Amino acid sequence: MRRRILFAKLSLLLLSLVLGVSGCQPTPEEGPKKASQAGRSGVTLHYFTWSDYVDKALIEGFERQTGVKVAVDTFGSNEELLAKLQSGASGYDVVVPSDFMVSIMIGQGLLADLDLNKIPNAGSIADRLQRLPFDPDNRYSVPYLWGTVGIGYNSEVIPVPPDSWAVLWDGRYKGKISMLNDQREVFGAALRSMGQSINSQDAAVIAQARAKLQEQKRLVKTYTSENYHQLLAFGDVALAQGWGGTVARAMVERPAVKYVIPKEGGTIWADCLVVLKTAPHKDLAMQFINYLLDREVAAKTTDRLLFASSNREAKALVQEQIRDNPAVYPPDSAWDRLEWMADVGEAIRLYDRAWTEIKLQ
Amino acid sequence: MSPIAFPPKTISEQGRAERPGLAGWLLAPALGWMGVFFLLPLALVFAISFASRGTYGGVEWTVSVANYLNVIDPLYLKIVLRSLALALATTVWCLVLGFPLAYYIARLPARWQGVWLLLVMIPFWTNFLVRTYAWMFMLRTEGLLNTALIGLGLIASPMEILYSTTAVLIGLVYGYLPFMVLPLYAAIERLAPSLVEAAWDLYASPWAVFRRVILPLTKPGIVAGCLLVFIPSLGAFITPDLLGGAKTMMVGNLIQHEFLVVRDWPFGSAIAFVLMGLVLIGVMAYVKAEESDRGQKEER
Repeated sequence: MRRRILFAKLSLLLLSLVLGVSGCQPTPEEGPKKASQAGRSGVTLHYFTWSDYVDKALIEGFERQTGVKVAVDTFGSNEELLAKLQSGASGYDVVVPSDFMVSIMIGQGLLADLDLNKIPNAGSIADRLQRLPFDPDNRYSVPYLWGTVGIGYNSEVIPVPPDSWAVLWDGRYKGKISMLNDQREVFGAALRSMGQSINSQDAAVIAQARAKLQEQKRLVKTYTSENYHQLLAFGDVALAQGWGGTVARAMVERPAVKYVIPKEGGTIWADCLVVLKTAPHKDLAMQFINYLLDREVAAKTTDRLLFASSNREAKALVQEQIRDNPAVYPPDSAWDRLEWMADVGEAIRLYDRAWTEIKLQ
Repeated sequence: MSPIAFPPKTISEQGRAERPGLAGWLLAPALGWMGVFFLLPLALVFAISFASRGTYGGVEWTVSVANYLNVIDPLYLKIVLRSLALALATTVWCLVLGFPLAYYIARLPARWQGVWLLLVMIPFWTNFLVRTYAWMFMLRTEGLLNTALIGLGLIASPMEILYSTTAVLIGLVYGYLPFMVLPLYAAIERLAPSLVEAAWDLYASPWAVFRRVILPLTKPGIVAGCLLVFIPSLGAFITPDLLGGAKTMMVGNLIQHEFLVVRDWPFGSAIAFVLMGLVLIGVMAYVKAEESDRGQKEER
């Protein structure tokens, strides 16, 4: 008898073990929302965005306006986004791919045409973000947030401001360097430091960049796209390849953190709002996009997320010290050396293979 | 003795056969569930493992075994070996830490046993991801551990533990220790103290008592615990990612990498099947060895 009670106790414990462990998906916020969040109108808009772009207050404004619930789900890299959409993760309405991923998604036939009549705010896109090569007429996408990739550094540890990507190969900073966990950007840093385009399709050049990155790996503390602002702020790393806005976040916590776009140049990117062909609520999606691009909302977005908004009128409304932060709005002097990331076609296989080799090393 | 205790065969002979259909129907829900949510997806993954990848990912149905041949690439074999080593180390550490704990709990008065088992379980009330993040805060350069050790004057400069293989091992041992403790507890609890006392009475040395009495009698629990720790830690991917800084790749990370970064599902599927095959071979080899072992004993 006692044995049976013991057995029951044990199986109960094991059950809670299994439940506890199987609930360990990387995106803990996605689960319960979906079922219980239908809004007043009973409609739920599904928004799939970068983990850096989640801010409840911004979404709530739209929910109040329309009575629709917005369910947010996040991804950490363009490749992850594509992989999840390809696996048939449908049901999303609005998605936020970066520039080069927009062209891939257009090529894959994943995107619906935008109805620009329903998105009047698309008329306020900053001049420099208009007629972008991957979608010149905004048929499928409108730029949302944009910025650069450069180096965030802790000026307490590195008193002389670095001006070259070469600093990420400097043996003195071994174990004090973090790189993005993003294959195209990591290769971008290596390619730029070699004086090459970040969009090289030349197998020999890519192989050379791979060798350079393999050599760098022993200096790298971590490859991460998500928490490097904390690493910079808490002193775990002194140098971080990063998106400007995320580095700006580190500056808030540790003012000694600075940002530089190296002299060899860096990436300029724009994350764009698109509607999936399979979106269940297309009209609502257009409405949501228009809301996000509204100058007031856009200015608030920049204030909160520290990423520059595409709305040219919003810039004036952004807090001054954020507006003047080169990590958020790149200085005019940097424009000439910024390069857009483009789809590299078949060469993507070379990058995939090379990235795997670096990570497996 | 096999690790899984099968019910004695006599049950079906004890006059329960009057409603022969019932047993089958009782199985139906579980079989249906497993069929739809386990076997079907598994079959799909198996099929995809013979396909090939399109330029931007996706699956192209050109049948070949190329993906399986690819796994033998030294690049990937190295990952498999590293994972086996790390999973083995995790298992050994869990056993070393878990056995004394389980022994202690099993020898407590009955009402305290429940309390202690609950304490073992309490961490599981919090999401695994959250707990892993907590470890990141403890292990980081200016984190809890380093601050405390420097404050106590035990070390002069902070240790760089986070983002190393050591951090991964710490995270894995922490995460899987209860899987070791519970089966061990169940086995030790069943071990009659009188047998140990008898060994003492016969002047066995402590080591002899452990090796010749305790160890053989708790072996099923040890084996079950080791399997429960070894198999999931072999496929772990969150811990190496967060605590290893995405630098120490294990097979689980490789599979995730193939699916989510490189978008080569066919190759990812092939690795997943090779991994399953390895685990299966290991378990079967063990069961076989046990059977022949028992066979020999019976002959004697």
